[in-house]
Amino acid sequence: MVMKEQKASRPVTLGWSNPKFRGIVYQLLMVLCLGAIIWVMAGTAIENLHRLGIASGFGFLNQPAGFSIIMSLVPYSEQSTYGDAFIVGLLNTLLVAVIGVFFALIIGFTVGIARLSGNWLVARLAAIYVETLRNIPLLLQLFFWYIGVLRAMPKPAASLEPLPGFFLNNRGIVLPHPYEADGFWWFAGAIVLALLIGAGLRVLAHRRQKETGQIFSWIKISLLVLVILPLISFVLRGAPLHFEFGVLSGLNFKGGLRLIPEFVALTLGLATYTAAFIAEIVRSGIESVDRGQREAAQALGLTRSQTLRHVIVPQSMRVIVPPLTSQILNLMKNSSLAVAIGYPDLVSVFAGTVLNQTGQAVEVIVITMAVYLLLSFIASGFMGWFNSRYAIVER
Amino acid sequence: MTQLTLAPVRRRISAIAWVRENLFSSPFNTVLTLAALYLIWLVVPALLDWAVFRATFTGLDRKACLGADQGACWPFITHNLGQFIYGHYPEEERWRVNTTFVLGIAGLVPLMIPRVPWKRLNALYMLGFFPLAAFVLLSGGRSGLSPVDTAYWGGFMLTLVVAVTGIVLSLPLGIVLALGRRSRLPLIRLFSVIYIEFWRGVPLVTVLFMASVMLPLFLPQGVTFDKLLRCLIGVTLFSAAYMAEVVRGGLQAIPRGQQEAASALGLGYWQSMWFIVIPQALRHVIPGIVNTFIGLFKDTTLVLVVGLFDLFGMVQFQLSDARWSTPQTPTTGYAFVAFVFWVCCFGMSRYSMSIEKRLKQGGSK
Amino acid sequence: MRNRFTALIIGILIGAALIYFLRPNPPGWEAAQTGAPSSTASAPAPVAVAPAATNTATTTAAAGSTLAAVKARGYLKCGVSQGLPGFSNADDKGQWAGIDVDTCRAIAAAIFGDVSKIRYSPLSAKERFTALQSGEIDVLTRNTTLTLTRDTSLGLDFTAVNYFDGQGFLVKKEGGITDAAGLNGATICLQTGTTTELNVADYFRTRNMTYQIVAFERNDEALSAYEQGRCDALTTDASGLYAERLELKDPAAHVILPELISKEPLAVAVRQGDDQWEDIVRWSFYAMLDAEELGLNSTNIDDAKSTTSPEVRRFLGLDGDFGSMLGLSNDWAYNVVKLVGNYGEIFERNVGKGSQLGIPRGLNAQWKQGGLMYGMPIR
Repeated sequence: MVMKEQKASRPVTLGWSNPKFRGIVYQLLMVLCLGAIIWVMAGTAIENLHRLGIASGFGFLNQPAGFSIIMSLVPYSEQSTYGDAFIVGLLNTLLVAVIGVFFALIIGFTVGIARLSGNWLVARLAAIYVETLRNIPLLLQLFFWYIGVLRAMPKPAASLEPLPGFFLNNRGIVLPHPYEADGFWWFAGAIVLALLIGAGLRVLAHRRQKETGQIFSWIKISLLVLVILPLISFVLRGAPLHFEFGVLSGLNFKGGLRLIPEFVALTLGLATYTAAFIAEIVRSGIESVDRGQREAAQALGLTRSQTLRHVIVPQSMRVIVPPLTSQILNLMKNSSLAVAIGYPDLVSVFAGTVLNQTGQAVEVIVITMAVYLLLSFIASGFMGWFNSRYAIVER
Repeated sequence: MTQLTLAPVRRRISAIAWVRENLFSSPFNTVLTLAALYLIWLVVPALLDWAVFRATFTGLDRKACLGADQGACWPFITHNLGQFIYGHYPEEERWRVNTTFVLGIAGLVPLMIPRVPWKRLNALYMLGFFPLAAFVLLSGGRSGLSPVDTAYWGGFMLTLVVAVTGIVLSLPLGIVLALGRRSRLPLIRLFSVIYIEFWRGVPLVTVLFMASVMLPLFLPQGVTFDKLLRCLIGVTLFSAAYMAEVVRGGLQAIPRGQQEAASALGLGYWQSMWFIVIPQALRHVIPGIVNTFIGLFKDTTLVLVVGLFDLFGMVQFQLSDARWSTPQTPTTGYAFVAFVFWVCCFGMSRYSMSIEKRLKQGGSK
Repeated sequence: MRNRFTALIIGILIGAALIYFLRPNPPGWEAAQTGAPSSTASAPAPVAVAPAATNTATTTAAAGSTLAAVKARGYLKCGVSQGLPGFSNADDKGQWAGIDVDTCRAIAAAIFGDVSKIRYSPLSAKERFTALQSGEIDVLTRNTTLTLTRDTSLGLDFTAVNYFDGQGFLVKKEGGITDAAGLNGATICLQTGTTTELNVADYFRTRNMTYQIVAFERNDEALSAYEQGRCDALTTDASGLYAERLELKDPAAHVILPELISKEPLAVAVRQGDDQWEDIVRWSFYAMLDAEELGLNSTNIDDAKSTTSPEVRRFLGLDGDFGSMLGLSNDWAYNVVKLVGNYGEIFERNVGKGSQLGIPRGLNAQWKQGGLMYGMPIR
């Protein structure tokens, strides 16, 4: 101990007692170790591949795939390449993630708010929803939706028809397929125009409030415009969309927008499961806003909705957004469970079928992981930006 | 020192007043209540009907469950319960699994009850002795026990093996990574950040696929790992990243002064960490660790996709048994697994909440 | 200081415990466990490069000496399916049976004269090749179709074909489909990671028929999807269809379409680069074919020892030195037949008339009876 203190009292040394020197040594050691591990493992892998004569490289992406995929957002056939199959899988993953997040947010916010409801029964039901779904593995829930619910539907010939044009059977859901008609662009233009008017009104209202203190309710007028303008377009130029309905022919339905049960089950399962977590986040976010804030806002004469909009929501959002981000990322990552129920997502198509047909495990797994990493970084980057905006507003 | 405590004045309200206030305070609330009641009326009787009134409780094969208006087929569960718990573990060796389980409980219960002393020794038992004992007992091959290949492991036992190993091994790794992320040394910090963000960015399914089809190619010629071991490695590396984030939260909660005081006393970095900071930080993050464990516990079901048979996998496997194939068997099996997982996870989450409450109350002592 | 001392002591204790429990298996324990002759089992574990050479991390010797590694280890590691009745399927007790399992047992019989010295690794379609490449298994007996791509690009070599198969379709009788042409517009369930996925695509495309594929990771998922009406047809190798039909609630309500749309020679594969091992695997299987041609089976082979037929004497190892040419004992072929049976026996027992599957011999009959099974001469 005495020795140490003496050494440490010396101003500059290159000895072990100099923390800077020690730090450099530690880091050097770590880099060396890591480098050695990576070098040995990569070397082993390369040697193994060579010795066993296993094909390697990314050339396989240009070879014809030869298999078909049940659902694809871009044109794909058996003659397409493995690279195309990759794109199909990626897009399917993104599709299910985006739609899943959309529904998860709606359900999650609804349930979260319901948990704080003054209505005892509703609050209890919301709590049961959260506690049930949160504590059962997602994979099990997917199987429940896929096998317990969607498989139990009748055959196509005996489809349920809850609404005209909507069919439910064990081959999935058939919806009317919308396609644009003559009036489409007029209609779209009308909506855009209405939105622009709304935005303009908002700016004007804010300016006026700043200058005079008078509050101008721009929302109501904007909504009115949003209804009237498209209505005018509808009356003058006809319906914007036509619908093609599904028709039963032979074994299966033809036409219409057909959603395969794998897609429906995955979306439902992901949305309801993630919603349970989102609900908890929303609840704790709202609860985190001090009661005094609400009382103060009321004392200032703000209405209930104004309190919510200007006091509660911005503050709770600051608490909600970071964990919400990670839930949204979780949903995207969890979509990889598609492989268990046969939905052709990235893992199922690329790390499944393509890997099997080419046998190039290393390349395929590396690409798959890299894609998920990239998606994670993009999503968290976007959410970080969103978060910083809110943080500034809040100060 | 006696203190006069006054209970808060409780408002006495009649049942009717309570109902009016909590259920029918406004027209909107009334509508909500009615809708909720309708939902309950829709779900609860149907569920009870299925699980109890129209269910079969005894029988030897599918014939028992082929009634016209059949509910759950519980004999499927009771008949196969041994496999659901132990997998294909040899029947005459099952006592080893039971012993392991008892050893685990014996260590875990005193560890979980905050009042029991000897926490450090207990933790050492759970992190040191127990995993070793469990390993020797379950796999055998030494100390006079016959070897049991991991291919025969399965059921709830495998679920626990994966989840517990994942947590026990990822805790030390997670602590090191969390310290690394807060280190002054840029390269070490960089490495920790990359490691953590990498594993948090990829789904567990791809990690398991990596462990099952890619990892073997990275091992030197002649060295092979058992599939279960590879999965455990994958799960551990994966959960270590999550653990690191949990521990980091705990480290951040420890005031800097603690560490400064420690170094003023002449303790080095590792000493101050080991004796001062980490023990305090870990106490703070117990709820976080439990939550990570719950997540991992649920995620063990994913080993199904790489062909290991955990509880869910085992049920799924038995579902393809023609002797029990009835329209109700799958639903019954899923309901059983869901119930088991729900009980475990719900119990653990309640425990973590109660610890959290305790920490909040005594946190600033 | 006291704290540090305690930590040191505890550290040493844990270290000692680790070393004690994780040390490589002491010589002889395997002999004690399996009752094996000590001559094969008392050899120490071959290489101690594994970080923890326990029974969860085992070692295989370098290429070129798989046989030595197997002998030193004391058991053979076979890759099998995760459950396909007739080929490789485990019962409730974990006992494996099937034509692929018997092929594996024949190899063990040839090497050890003991069919219990086997460890089976159930593998998914996706894992099977990596498992073989990495040395996790010694031989892949898992209904695997021999194709050029697989033979050349996966670092493996196919040996003998132990079952000639073709891909077929299973449909429900009530649907009224009687031939593959009736499948136009159908939804088809299959297991991903197989050649069947490609065959279906080829077949439907060349006939300008439309179809949809629902691909599952596991066989039983595909089967239950088909049974519950997600698909109109299930496709896999015809033998697999026979096996899977048995698992359906009402097998009689389903029919296998007459057309086979592809050739599926199911073959046994080994790692590339070990010629001796390849020979052993190949000839262990040929021994079963030869035995059937010679009229030898597991019940009459002991009587045959008194024969004068030169062919039979060579087969039994009474004349010549064929066993040692393979690196085995001279009674290797005798052991195969005695302990496992000839090809006819294993066929009938697992998939033929003696089993629930009831598949006719067809292509798998002896060449003399119009089949493709042709035993190579042992001489």
